[in-house]
Amino acid sequence: MAALYNLTAHELSAMLSRQEISARELTESVIARIEAVEPKVRAYLTPTHDLARQQAAEVDERRARGDSLSPLAGIPLALKDILCTRGIRTTCASKILHNFVPPYDATVVSRLREAGAVCMGKVNLDEFAMGSSTENSAFGPSGNPWDVERVPGGSSGGSSAAVAAGEAIIAIGTDTGGSIRQPASFCGIVGLKPTYGRVSRYGLVAYASSLDQAGPMTRTVLDAAMVMNVISGKDPRDSTSVDLPVPDFTQACRPDVHGVRIGVPKEFFAQGVDTAVAQCVREAIETLCELGATAEECSLPSIEYCLAAYYIIAPAEASSNLARYDGVKYGHRSREWAGHIGLMEKTRAEGFGAEVKQRIMIGTYALSAGYYDAFYKRAQQVRTLIRRDFDRAFSQYDVLLTPTAPTTAFRIGEKADDPLAMKLADVCTLPANMAGIPGLSLPCGFIEGLPVGLQIYGKPYDEETLLRVAYTYEQATDWHTRRPAL
Amino acid sequence: MAEYEALIGMEVHAELLTESKMFCGCRNAFGGEPNSRCCPVCIGLPGALPVMNKKAVEHVIRTALALNCTITPNAKFDRKNYYYPDLPKGYQISEYDAPIGVNGWLDIEVDGKETRVRIRRVHLEEDTGKLFHVVGNVSHVDYNRSGVPLMEIVTEFPPDMTTPEQARAYLVKLRSILTYIGVSDGKMEEGSLRCEPNLSVRLRGSETFGTKTEIKNLNSFRAVYRGIQYEVGRQIAMLERGEKVVQETRGWNDAKGQTFPQRSKEEAHDYRYFPEPDLVPLQISEAWVEEIRSTMPELPDAARRRFVQQYGLPAYDADVLTQTRAAALFFEETVRQCNDPKAVSNWMMGDFARLLNAENREIGESRVTPKMLAEMILLIKDGTISGKMAKELFEKMFATGESPRKLAEAAGPQITDSGAIQAIIAKVIGEMPDVWAALCAGDEKKFGFMVGQVMKASQGKANPQEVNRLLRERMQQG
Ligand SMILES: [Zn+2]
Repeated sequence: MAALYNLTAHELSAMLSRQEISARELTESVIARIEAVEPKVRAYLTPTHDLARQQAAEVDERRARGDSLSPLAGIPLALKDILCTRGIRTTCASKILHNFVPPYDATVVSRLREAGAVCMGKVNLDEFAMGSSTENSAFGPSGNPWDVERVPGGSSGGSSAAVAAGEAIIAIGTDTGGSIRQPASFCGIVGLKPTYGRVSRYGLVAYASSLDQAGPMTRTVLDAAMVMNVISGKDPRDSTSVDLPVPDFTQACRPDVHGVRIGVPKEFFAQGVDTAVAQCVREAIETLCELGATAEECSLPSIEYCLAAYYIIAPAEASSNLARYDGVKYGHRSREWAGHIGLMEKTRAEGFGAEVKQRIMIGTYALSAGYYDAFYKRAQQVRTLIRRDFDRAFSQYDVLLTPTAPTTAFRIGEKADDPLAMKLADVCTLPANMAGIPGLSLPCGFIEGLPVGLQIYGKPYDEETLLRVAYTYEQATDWHTRRPAL
Repeated sequence: MAEYEALIGMEVHAELLTESKMFCGCRNAFGGEPNSRCCPVCIGLPGALPVMNKKAVEHVIRTALALNCTITPNAKFDRKNYYYPDLPKGYQISEYDAPIGVNGWLDIEVDGKETRVRIRRVHLEEDTGKLFHVVGNVSHVDYNRSGVPLMEIVTEFPPDMTTPEQARAYLVKLRSILTYIGVSDGKMEEGSLRCEPNLSVRLRGSETFGTKTEIKNLNSFRAVYRGIQYEVGRQIAMLERGEKVVQETRGWNDAKGQTFPQRSKEEAHDYRYFPEPDLVPLQISEAWVEEIRSTMPELPDAARRRFVQQYGLPAYDADVLTQTRAAALFFEETVRQCNDPKAVSNWMMGDFARLLNAENREIGESRVTPKMLAEMILLIKDGTISGKMAKELFEKMFATGESPRKLAEAAGPQITDSGAIQAIIAKVIGEMPDVWAALCAGDEKKFGFMVGQVMKASQGKANPQEVNRLLRERMQQG
């Protein structure tokens, strides 16, 4: 039998409910795996093994009592360290929050806790989710389990690495411009960024409020659906969360794409996209057509301006969201300062990394008097155009298929001196955040031993169609069954 | 000296009377143990999100309607970004270019001359915490006030007010309206109502505007009046000396009666406003506005007119009694129970107001209830107590909250016995025979004086009606 840490949440959930294994056994298996591979993967910033053992024991007790349990009860979980966890350090991979212990749980976290998911710890990310490789983490980059010399993607790279390496069965990531999907692609797992408003942002430390969304990172599509069932739904504490009924997403996981109309936006196969990656994606589209879908090329002309507009809106919101880290209330406080302005200046100079500082400066500039109309306002207008492009496309197609990332995982340090190249890694994923629509990445092949991701875009709040198309493809292929040799 | 005129604008901030804060469930109250009414939202913890308090929005719509504003159907919140330790998020949630109310007005009257003061906007924002500078290099912050709903009311430019008297009248009337409609307690001393006038001076008849200054920390009507008066004088003196007025914010030193520079324009912030992404835009439907309009209480102007008409009060009395809704309600309830409007008005504007002022209390915070005042007035009318006894009794009632009937009984019975009163009258006549002779010779003005002397000699206990009657009787006897 395969090691427990290598199985899917769905398989393990069935074994747990049949009491073939205990949650404690499963947790010990994952802890042992973490101890074995963590020196190479470096996914965890704050492991919580004692808490995990305690939560697993509670699940076992409840099961023994005959309580009805969530399918996620006893499933080992890794949380991106940007979600607030009561009593557990939450750093955002930043020096400025190195000692911050929240007094409350994010809504996503409390829903998973209530479901009985077992928290293995808090995992790495680019500082405040700003980056595509985890290289911007103040605590060092994580390694890609398929090649530890390479990045696991980002910003949710700790989450993707942990799931791919068997250091967690499921993980939660957050996605502001592709931060769930691109690392899922780099690590050969499934990542879903839900529709903006589908999952509560309460307790998700804000990078760009109008773009941020938390979602599942798992080994299979069905696992992602199981997590979605727990974390979705209106939260009275997040005004931007949407009051829509939450379907049983696992019901959408059935192999059926008959009559599904696939649009293939040509802009996503343009320059910068690796030809081998494009080839994998085209083959995946063919596979789906063989299974009963139809596909044709389409166009989203405004996508051309997406990257530029994103790098106005996200930094603008970030410059305001990150203003609260001033050394007054919590987190890092500089030891040398004079006066409260000096305290703030010194604290921020010491606490933030280079990428974060750069984005704060760009955002501050973009919002300044006299520049607002030229930058922020125009970027918002571009956003409207992108949304219209998608609306038009979805009047003709049920889903749009694209590569998730232009390349496979790159080497640690390879793009460190080329910020533009780094940002181009997000070019295929940004539009989902700008338009607020759902996007899913799943493995669709390997190039030189490195996973390639297929991205599926869907209509707002239609995660079900995404899951159905993804599940159908997944069942027809075996990419998701491969495990890295660590 | 050339003739100058001042142009005075006004920014008023009022903390709104709501159960909870603007964007979280913490209780909205004054004072208390520092940082005892705080949560992740109002101290700006990472990840916390605001949720709008509908009641606060309703209060602002109500105010906007009372000030004749147009309601913005798609009002929205914006972030005002600046750094200060009392501002936990590094930005304040406010309203920038789509405030809830716009283009209103308020009519004021000074020395019989009416002026329409146009109001540019009424908007909603959150209050900051409070910073305390402790000795040396240490400061403390209290976030109890952080996130309390705050309403801002701004007059139109160019300003319609030109004198400190008008500015005071505007503020008095505005405060009266806010307390009437129940959105603010109007306490300037506690800072729940804060007023920041801005003003410039220019040569009368000039078409251009002078450089304006803004005055902060004025915490009484008197301070507003004096502050403006001082600042107008200061600016005119500067212009007369050929100096330039500097655009700046000035503080008010009440003890010295002077303004002093606080912050110059060079230090002014670029607030980098942008729409608050954590909140959805407000949808203020016509139905909602109508619902609020239909529950609007009678406003002070209407109440004042009605008091004159219905109760036959002098305009002055009606004006004073309708300045707060609490006073107006107190008056009407008392009249309902004793049916003597003028007597109620006299007590409320006289002894009652004096005692309240001395303790810096509002009418609603007093132990005296309408029932007690009505009962006391009835005791005077039926002759159980004299007016003089009533004055003392009222003070006791104010201090203890004891019912007037009980207090009257405790004070001892009134002297109603004719023989006893006649004896006192005889004694007084014996002490001042000249006055008595003049009265008997037809000098009616001396009658009141004699009554007063008799009452005094009885230590206020004689029944005044009996004193009157017996004095007349004695006069006839010669
Ligand atoms: Zn609070």
